[in-house]
Amino acid sequence: MVAAVALLALLAFGVEGQGTSSSIDAQVARGVWPVAPDANLALPVLGSSRSESLDDFRGKVVVLNVFASWCDPCRAEAPILARTERAIVKHDATIVGVTYLDNSDSSEQFVRQEHITYPVLRDVSGSFVRSFGTTGVPETFVIDRQGHIVALRRYQLDNQWLSQTLPRVLAERS
Amino acid sequence: MRIRAVALTAALALATLLAPAAASAATARASLTEIEGDVMCVACHESLSVAESPQADSERAYIRLLIAQGENEPQIERALVGQYGASVLALPPAHGFNLTVYILPPLILVIGIATLVITLPKWRRRAQAAAQTPLPAGPPLDPGDARRLDEDLARHE
Repeated sequence: MVAAVALLALLAFGVEGQGTSSSIDAQVARGVWPVAPDANLALPVLGSSRSESLDDFRGKVVVLNVFASWCDPCRAEAPILARTERAIVKHDATIVGVTYLDNSDSSEQFVRQEHITYPVLRDVSGSFVRSFGTTGVPETFVIDRQGHIVALRRYQLDNQWLSQTLPRVLAERS
Repeated sequence: MRIRAVALTAALALATLLAPAAASAATARASLTEIEGDVMCVACHESLSVAESPQADSERAYIRLLIAQGENEPQIERALVGQYGASVLALPPAHGFNLTVYILPPLILVIGIATLVITLPKWRRRAQAAAQTPLPAGPPLDPGDARRLDEDLARHE
């Protein structure tokens, strides 16, 4: 009896875990924009003793990019993100990087090599990115000024996707 | 003079005894192979000793860096937890809910053995008692069935 209940609980946990990613994806696909999860969770800033949360960027458009230094597609898309940051900063928007299963030395080296100037947060436990349904890298989420996820990309992004996604969100004022 | 000689001999003997321990402590150096067996590739959820992935390679490179910096095994494992979270350890730290990992298996083993120790003699006594009790005789066969049974047995002999 106890074993059966434990198995059911495990099954429910697994189904619920799967649901995070599919529900965010499904909602965005339907045009129902979910609130970005764990927005108040403060994460350490890479190369600093400070911590920041998504709430600290409220009022800005945030392009949340989950990456790792060991991930080749992340390295491939990094120059696009670095260029995009320079272009969107004047529209009260920013890219925010979040490292995924990466050590800080390697992440810092990646940031230097790719000339990244936007803030990069470290999600050591992985709980923040898991709440977005992230199971791999790179992944990118566009969050509007009210804190809603309005677009997402679960693999390497390109210029075309950004140019299709960003202008509409940047045009909206808070 | 004699006291000095005894003291010198004792000091030499002590030094001889302690020298190997001191030398081994001085040369104890963390090894990648040993650490790999104790930690996980956090992206592929398997032991780092068998994992082959870019994340595993990155983790190994980080461990090599720490070894080169002269860190010992516990220090390296602490650093890995700081970088990748507690899930990097193949065995979780023994506190809180994680204690169940260490307590439950031996507890289940002890309960199992205790159950066997208590129930096996009972089963054996019950089986012996059952073997000594004659089976109750069934109802007698009617003459027709008895004749058919005898005929069938005779055919098979």
